[in-house]
Amino acid sequence: MTPSAAGPAPPGGFLEFQNISKRFGTIQAVEGVSLEIRKGEIFSLLGPSGCGKTTMLRLAAGFEQPDAGRIILDGRDITDLPPNKRRINTIFQSYALFPHMTVRDNIAYGLRVAKKPKSEIEAEVEKMLHLVRMTDQAGKKPDQLSGGQKQRVAIARALINKPSVLLLDEPLAALDLKLRQRMLIELDLIHDEVGLTFLYVTHDQGEAMSLSDRIAVMEKGRIEQVGTPAEIYEAPRTSFVAAFIGDTNFLEGEVVDIQDGEYSRLRIEGLPEIVCFNDKTIRPGNSVFLSIRPEKVHISRDRPEESRLRNILPAKVEDVIYLGSMTKYWVRTGDHRIQALRQHARIFLDEKPIRWKDEVWIWWHGDDGFMLERYRERDESLIAAPPQNLEESPEDEDKG
Amino acid sequence: MRRSRFPFIVTVAALLFLYLPILVLVVNSFNASRFGGGWRGFSLVWYIRLFHEPAIWQAARTTLIIALSATAVSVILGTTAALALHRYSKSRLQRAHFALIYMPLVMPEILMGISLLMLFVSAGLPLGLGTIFLAHVTFCLSFVAMVVLARLQDFDESVIEASRDLGAGGWTTFRKIRLPLLWPGILAGGLLAFTLSVDDFVITFFVAGPGSTTLPIRIYSMIKHGSPPLINALSTILLVLTFAAVALSQRLSRPKTKEAA
Ligand SMILES: Nc1ncnc2c1ncn2[C@@H]1O[C@H](COP(=O)(O)OP(=O)(O)O)[C@@H](O)[C@H]1O
Ligand SMILES: [Mg+2]
Repeated sequence: MTPSAAGPAPPGGFLEFQNISKRFGTIQAVEGVSLEIRKGEIFSLLGPSGCGKTTMLRLAAGFEQPDAGRIILDGRDITDLPPNKRRINTIFQSYALFPHMTVRDNIAYGLRVAKKPKSEIEAEVEKMLHLVRMTDQAGKKPDQLSGGQKQRVAIARALINKPSVLLLDEPLAALDLKLRQRMLIELDLIHDEVGLTFLYVTHDQGEAMSLSDRIAVMEKGRIEQVGTPAEIYEAPRTSFVAAFIGDTNFLEGEVVDIQDGEYSRLRIEGLPEIVCFNDKTIRPGNSVFLSIRPEKVHISRDRPEESRLRNILPAKVEDVIYLGSMTKYWVRTGDHRIQALRQHARIFLDEKPIRWKDEVWIWWHGDDGFMLERYRERDESLIAAPPQNLEESPEDEDKG
Repeated sequence: MRRSRFPFIVTVAALLFLYLPILVLVVNSFNASRFGGGWRGFSLVWYIRLFHEPAIWQAARTTLIIALSATAVSVILGTTAALALHRYSKSRLQRAHFALIYMPLVMPEILMGISLLMLFVSAGLPLGLGTIFLAHVTFCLSFVAMVVLARLQDFDESVIEASRDLGAGGWTTFRKIRLPLLWPGILAGGLLAFTLSVDDFVITFFVAGPGSTTLPIRIYSMIKHGSPPLINALSTILLVLTFAAVALSQRLSRPKTKEAA
C-alpha cells in the first residue's frame, strides 16, 4: 500500500475534488470547486485569508462534509469516510502536538493506534526522528520546543503513517522570516525524499511560488486559475490573479484591429495605440483589460528606439519608492498611473538618477501586456498605490 | 513619595471582619477554659475528649462514606454532562440541559432540601444514608460539571482532530488524548465535590434519618446540648481538612504538563 513514486500516475487526478460546495450558515466557504491533484506533486492552494483554503483541507481530511460534490482519492470515493479511515494526514496550522506526550510518543502515535508491533514502531520512529533531525530532542515535551522544532515533530508525526496525501495548512505562518525560508527548503527536501503528494495551503505567494509544482489561486470560495507558478505569474487569466500575485498595471481598451492574427492594436483613452499579443478569440470592437507587470515596464530619460512591437509613452514621475534591491516608479501618462520597476536607480555612475517630477519615457514589449479573460474593478484595490491621487479610495489594507 | 496607607488599613479591616470569628473559634479550641470566658492556657484536652467520643467517630464514618460515594458518582455523571454540554453546545436541548445543571448552584439550599425531602417521602424512600447520598449527588454533580466544562472551554480541539487524523477512532482518542488532558480538571471537580459533601448541613439536615448523622449535623446537635469547646475542636479539624482539599483542587485546576500518558 505504500505509495511509490515509480508507478505511472493514474489518468486524471490522484486526489480529486469534484464540484465541491460547502456552506457555513450564510457564508459560502467553498463553491463548486473542481480540482485534480496529481500523484507526487506539490500542489498549493493560494488565496487571501478567508477565501476557503482551510475548509478545502478539512474537506479532504474528513473534518467537514461537503454539501455537494465528491472527493476521490486514488480512484476511490472517500467523501463519506471518517478522518481516521482516510490515508490522508494533516499538518495543522497550530501544529496540534499532544502536550502530554514526549516528541517520541507524539511521532509514534499513528503507529500505536494502528497496533503495529513494538519493534516496528521503534524503528520507524527512529527513522522519522532522523528525517526531521530531532533525534536529540526525542525525550522533550512540546512546550520545551521552539516553533521550528514543533513544526518538524508535526511533520514526522504525520509522515509516519505513510499517507497517500499530506495536507499542510499554512505550516510556516507562525515562524519568523529566516526560519520560514529554511523550513521551506526542508519541506522541499522531505518531499523529494518521501515522494508523497503534498496539498499545501498558504496566503503567501512567495511560499507558493517557490515550493509548488502547480498552484490553484482561490478567491471567495472559488478557483480563479490553476497552473504552474510561471503560468500563473506570466499569464494571469483574471484581474484577481494578476493583482494578488505580484503587482501589476491594468489598462482598459478596445480592440482596433488584428495584425498577423497574433497581435492586436488597442485603443486606450488618452494614449496612443497600444500593441498587444493576442492568442484569444478577441475580435475588433471587443473591449479588453490589459495587465502589464511593473518589471516589464522600462523607464528612462532618453527616448528608446522605435520598434513595431514596442509601446513607447511619455510620462511624468509622480512617486519614487526605494525597495532595496529594486526601485519602484509611479508615473502618469495621459490619465493613467503606471508603476514601473527598475533594478538600479542608474546603470552608469555618470547617469542622472530619475527623480520625482522628471519627464521620462516608459515602454514595454507587445508580448508583455496580457489580455485578461475576466476583470473586476474591486481587484484594483489589491494594488498598493501611493495615496497621491486623493480621488481614489484608500482600500489597500485588504491586501492580505 | 509615600504611598497612602489607606488601602492597607481597609484590607486588614476586611480580613479581620471575615476571619476574626474563625480565628476566635480556632484559638478557643486550644483554650483550657471550659466556657471560653478568658484564656486559661494552651491545651489539647478538647481534641483528646473528641477522640474518645464514639458518636463523633460514627458521624465521621457516615460523612466519609457519603462523601466518597457521592464524589465518585458525581464525578462520572458530571464529567459526562460536561462532555455532552461542550460537544453539542449549540443545540437547544443542551442549552436546556445547561440550565438544569446550573440551577443547583444558584437555588437556595433550603429549597432544595425541602423539595428533596418531599420527593423522597412521596416516593416512599426511607430516610437515611441512601437519601443523603442521592441528595449530595444532585448538587455535587453540578459543581463537577461546571469545573470540567470550564476546562473544556479552553481545550484545544485541534489535538482531538489530530488524533482522528492519525487514525485513532473516537474511543481511542477519548482515552489517549481527551481524558489525560482533562484529568486535572476532573480531579479538581472531584475534590470540590468531596468538600461540599463533607460540609453540607442544610440539605443533609432535611433528608437525614435516624442513625445517619453526619459531622455537621452532629456539631449542630452538640451546640444544642452545650459543649462549645468540643465543637471548636471539631470545627477546627473540619476547617483544616476542607482547606487542604480546596487548596489541592485549585492547584490541580491550573494547567500542568507533568504526567505522561
Ligand atoms: N466552522 C465554521 N463555522 C462558520 N464559518 C466558518 C467555519 N469555518 C470556516 N468558516 C468561514 O468560511 C470562510 C472560509 O474560511 P477558511 O476556509 O478558514 O479560510 P482560509 O483558510 O482561506 O483563511 C471564512 O469566511 C470563515 O469565516
Ligand atoms: Mg486558514
